[in-house]
Amino acid sequence: MTTQTQSAQLIATSRFQLSPQERADIEHAISHYPDARAASIDALKIVQANHGWVPDGAIPEIAGVLGIPASDVEGVATFYSQIFRVPVGRHIVRLCDSMVCYINGHEDVLAALRAKLGIGYGETTTDSRFTLLPVCCLGNCDKGSTLMIDDDTYGGLTPEQVVELLEKYA
Amino acid sequence: MRLSSWGPSNTIAKTPETHPLTWRLRDDGQPVWLAEYESKNGYAGLRKALGELAPADIVGLVKDSGLKGRGGAGFPTGVKWGLMPPSDGVTPRYLLCNADEMEPNTWKDRLLMEQMPHLLIEGMIISARALAATTGYIFLRGEYVDAARNLNRALDEARAAGLLGSNILGSGFDFELYVHTGAGRYICGEETALINSLEGRRANPRSKPPFPAAVGVWGKPTCVNNVETLSNVPAIVANGIQWYHGLARPGSEDHGTKMMGFSGKVKNPGVWELPFGVTARELFEDYAGGMRDGYTLKAWQPGGAGTGFLLPEHLEAQMYAGGIGKVGTRMGTGLAMAVDNSISMVSLLRNMEEFFARESCGWCTPCRDGLPWSVKILRALERGEGQSGDVETLLGLVGFLGPGKTFCAHAPGAVEPLGSAIKYFRDEFDAGVAVQPAQAATA
Ligand SMILES: Cc1cc2nc3c(=O)[nH]c(=O)nc-3n(C[C@H](O)[C@H](O)[C@H](O)COP(=O)(O)O)c2cc1C
Ligand code: SF4
Ligand code: FES
Repeated sequence: MTTQTQSAQLIATSRFQLSPQERADIEHAISHYPDARAASIDALKIVQANHGWVPDGAIPEIAGVLGIPASDVEGVATFYSQIFRVPVGRHIVRLCDSMVCYINGHEDVLAALRAKLGIGYGETTTDSRFTLLPVCCLGNCDKGSTLMIDDDTYGGLTPEQVVELLEKYA
Repeated sequence: MRLSSWGPSNTIAKTPETHPLTWRLRDDGQPVWLAEYESKNGYAGLRKALGELAPADIVGLVKDSGLKGRGGAGFPTGVKWGLMPPSDGVTPRYLLCNADEMEPNTWKDRLLMEQMPHLLIEGMIISARALAATTGYIFLRGEYVDAARNLNRALDEARAAGLLGSNILGSGFDFELYVHTGAGRYICGEETALINSLEGRRANPRSKPPFPAAVGVWGKPTCVNNVETLSNVPAIVANGIQWYHGLARPGSEDHGTKMMGFSGKVKNPGVWELPFGVTARELFEDYAGGMRDGYTLKAWQPGGAGTGFLLPEHLEAQMYAGGIGKVGTRMGTGLAMAVDNSISMVSLLRNMEEFFARESCGWCTPCRDGLPWSVKILRALERGEGQSGDVETLLGLVGFLGPGKTFCAHAPGAVEPLGSAIKYFRDEFDAGVAVQPAQAATA
């Protein structure tokens, strides 16, 4: 990362503010629990739904709403695999890499995705369109190699069909 | 193909007497919403529990039914419920549903929640009544977006119909139930890690004792049960013990039915509700149709990634805890996987241990450091670059990470398939050891 974009990000960080809607959504989540801390994952997800990831500046903001230390929010944010602490692509491709999909052709699908996108697990395409991640068994073990693109689940696809499917996600 | 949980359990012949979990499923796989659920005798168990039974009676029924946990460990549900302190003590008390289903080759709770959300909700209300819990949470893995949508809609329906909330059906019993969605990490399914995660903390397991029944979520008495376990409760209450005890096949020590499945390169992979005590061969041949043409069965696993591998000759085993125990492993989640002749055991175990290593919560040393070590060795063996002594090192790790040696059952689950794979397929592992130059010269 260049120093220029780094400083641009720092400015963005210091300016991060939760929107009134985000605040309201977090408050609503808190109402489901006897202790506000329990809403920390919900809060991170609410921010992520709007921004695609959780920018640094969101951490102290969320901590403020929940009334807990920012380090605790960061500890949670970095533990869970579906909370992103770096920018990701517009679409998240989650490929099941568990054992039944392994038996049913996961490696071939992964190879096709790598070839098409030029990225491996944990990476984002240079055009910021896709991020590729492994995911635990998606509960479709009867349906061949399985993946999710954003909230859509697919299975039983050949590697070629998986590559074609990407076209639906601009 | 966009996926749904539609499968063979939607279309096989089912009756209320023999398939208490799945008989209401629709042929088209669409969710069974409240009106249809009630028209198929839904919430009859709840009405009986609230109208005719005291909480202690419900606990007694579940104890006598012999229902055992369906989350993988098979602990008797009634015994677990009996560990909750008397209800005149500490309040509030919590009922948590473990819907974190992430165990590789476990795909039963998803089907039940997507297509039969009211059965789980009814089971939770009855169970909450039995345990005097006033709040419940369904801890659902984040990727199950369809299950989340269907459960939330069903919860709205139940609330609107007076089946949930305050003074349920005029009984004076109050219970509120929420869906809590997770954010990844397999370890959240371990029940004390689940409690930490629900509290908004990192999902490291807690030490036991104290058990959740005494000190659970927010320090209060808490019961954690699996989706399928809780889904068994309505029919037990509605139909009684005698009926429940008639369900399993002769020879089975476990009672009732179980969602069982077979996956891998079988002709007809699927999940079916079957009586405990069917043989693995019936499941494999009659239901899953045996291997696809061109493939033969090399090994199989009875119930998820954390159970040991077995050989084709073990298919005679009956599917219940003791039946699978006799052939040396555990029933686990009851969804079996076929390994065919095209699969290398070393590569398969490399894939599995990568999963277990990645999903270790990192809390205790044997697991945090031992699992990546096993991955490193397996990768080397897979490339044919193993060193002499590597297989012995793997066996050493199987010992060091076994039951009782680590903080939770994650590591023992990780090494059980490894130990059994080496036991039955040692030659494949040995073949990954590189021939040393000295040996090569004398060969
Ligand atoms: C690493 C690990 C992961 C687990 N994952 C799950 C899970 O996803 N779902 C589940 O019901 N139980 C899971 N369990 C078992 C739970 O700890 C617990 O035994 C279960 O929720 C109890 O419910 P039951 O008695 O109704 O089966 C897991 C256990 C371990 C050690
Ligand atoms: S055994 Fe593994 S998952 Fe369990 S507490 Fe130890 S490090 Fe965490
Ligand atoms: S192993 Fe991939 S969906 Fe189950």
